[in-house]
Amino acid sequence: MRTRRQFLKDLAGGAAVLGSGAFLPGRAHAADTSAIGPATLPSGTLETSFLEALPGKRPLIKRTYRPPNFESPLDVFEQVFTPNDAFFVRYHLARIPEVAAAQWKLEIGGDAAEKPFTLDLAALQRDFEAVEIPAVLQCSGNRRGLSDPHVAGVEWGIGAMGNARWKGVRLKDILTKAGLKKEAVEVAFNGADQGSLDATPDFVKSIPAWKAMDENTLIAWQMNGEPLPHWNGAPVRLVVPGWTGTYWMKHLVSIQALSQPLKNFWMATAYRIPKGKFAIVDRFLTQETDANTPITEMVVNSLITSPREGQTLHAGKPVEVKGIAWDNGSGIRTVEISADDGRSWQATSLDADQGRFSFRGFRHSFKAGAKGDVTILAKATNKIGSSQAFELVFNPAGYHNNVVSRVKARVG
Amino acid sequence: MTALVALVLLAAPAAPYPDENRVQLKPGPGRDLVIGRCASCHSQDYIPMNSPFLDRKGWEAEVNKMVKVYGAPMEPDEVAKLVDYLATNYGKK
Repeated sequence: MRTRRQFLKDLAGGAAVLGSGAFLPGRAHAADTSAIGPATLPSGTLETSFLEALPGKRPLIKRTYRPPNFESPLDVFEQVFTPNDAFFVRYHLARIPEVAAAQWKLEIGGDAAEKPFTLDLAALQRDFEAVEIPAVLQCSGNRRGLSDPHVAGVEWGIGAMGNARWKGVRLKDILTKAGLKKEAVEVAFNGADQGSLDATPDFVKSIPAWKAMDENTLIAWQMNGEPLPHWNGAPVRLVVPGWTGTYWMKHLVSIQALSQPLKNFWMATAYRIPKGKFAIVDRFLTQETDANTPITEMVVNSLITSPREGQTLHAGKPVEVKGIAWDNGSGIRTVEISADDGRSWQATSLDADQGRFSFRGFRHSFKAGAKGDVTILAKATNKIGSSQAFELVFNPAGYHNNVVSRVKARVG
Repeated sequence: MTALVALVLLAAPAAPYPDENRVQLKPGPGRDLVIGRCASCHSQDYIPMNSPFLDRKGWEAEVNKMVKVYGAPMEPDEVAKLVDYLATNYGKK
């Protein structure tokens, strides 16, 4: 076992750090800096981000090594479903055990459960109905690095998100078996990962009891037809379609039905948005204060995947604008694009509907005009009439950045 | 001090990521202390990633959060030394 002294010596001296062979990273050298994110990220972020591969993953954009925070490059979003090896990785805490599926156990209990019980993977898969739901998983802090002014945290660009088909069982079936009491207000989740120091608060999160009983909230062991990758929560994680990633507990080991709101740093202090600044449907009333409220659902958003920033287009030739849009599960109604920096808008064609919680592809062709710069915008609107923002709604943690993105290309 | 030693011994650092020394903090007074106090929980790249937009007050808030929320073991006089290093090398100009 390596000592703490040796550990610190390695870190301070820049000596080669020996890890187990399984953890040797693959490395790809980015040919151009646009591969590591938008130029408006903090300069220190751009200088220290590289394309690197965690074991089992293709090269992704490394924001931090330990705990690992790696996001998907833009080209990954040319597909409506995100391949498992390209799916982003986000951890708060650095002690991340590899939980063997055969040893995995899930404890279900809490003061608002009549009949606590324990499950292994075989029982989970045998005793409950399996369902599969396509859903976007997006980190609450996706696009934090684009906040103006910048705010502290993991400085994500656009790629702390992905879309997958999640297969598992309904959480409500598990809670029903556990005899959820009527006084249950929240259900709390713990994963196997923890901090390096015992003093660091364990990452435990709760959701309202009504959300836990939603038929779309799953305990999942599969992603896109394969077992969950280690870095995405193997062997079993929570899936909360429509809500941001903070609630999608990875390496799930405990579910507690609670008659009182969960009070810890991760609920009471972190992951909060100011009240009244965002059009939010799902409220988390047991955790609200006068000033702020937990982040819940995703806001409607879109991403242009083609053309790319700085790309040269040909005068008089058709240009195909492509991208994806997503929201809180209301479903995307329209995506409009503008090829004149927002003065006029055209409706795009939406690709096949993969389900209301999924990315929705869009595309539109226009003829490139005369030579010069062209600024292309995309704006999504969902079925309840929510649309993207034109001005950033600044908030201290950099959440909910759904400002209409601009791609500047050049007609040459 | 005894409490601090006990805390440090309890700390079982997660294995460093093999490539994490690709990002090294800038040389300067306080660098070794910063690594000693911060790097048992997270890689050094967290610091330059969050630069250069935090002023001294911003870095002080971050260090205090690490101590008060995450339980980073630190002597009271070390906080100022860390903040000095961070504000000097990674602060908003």
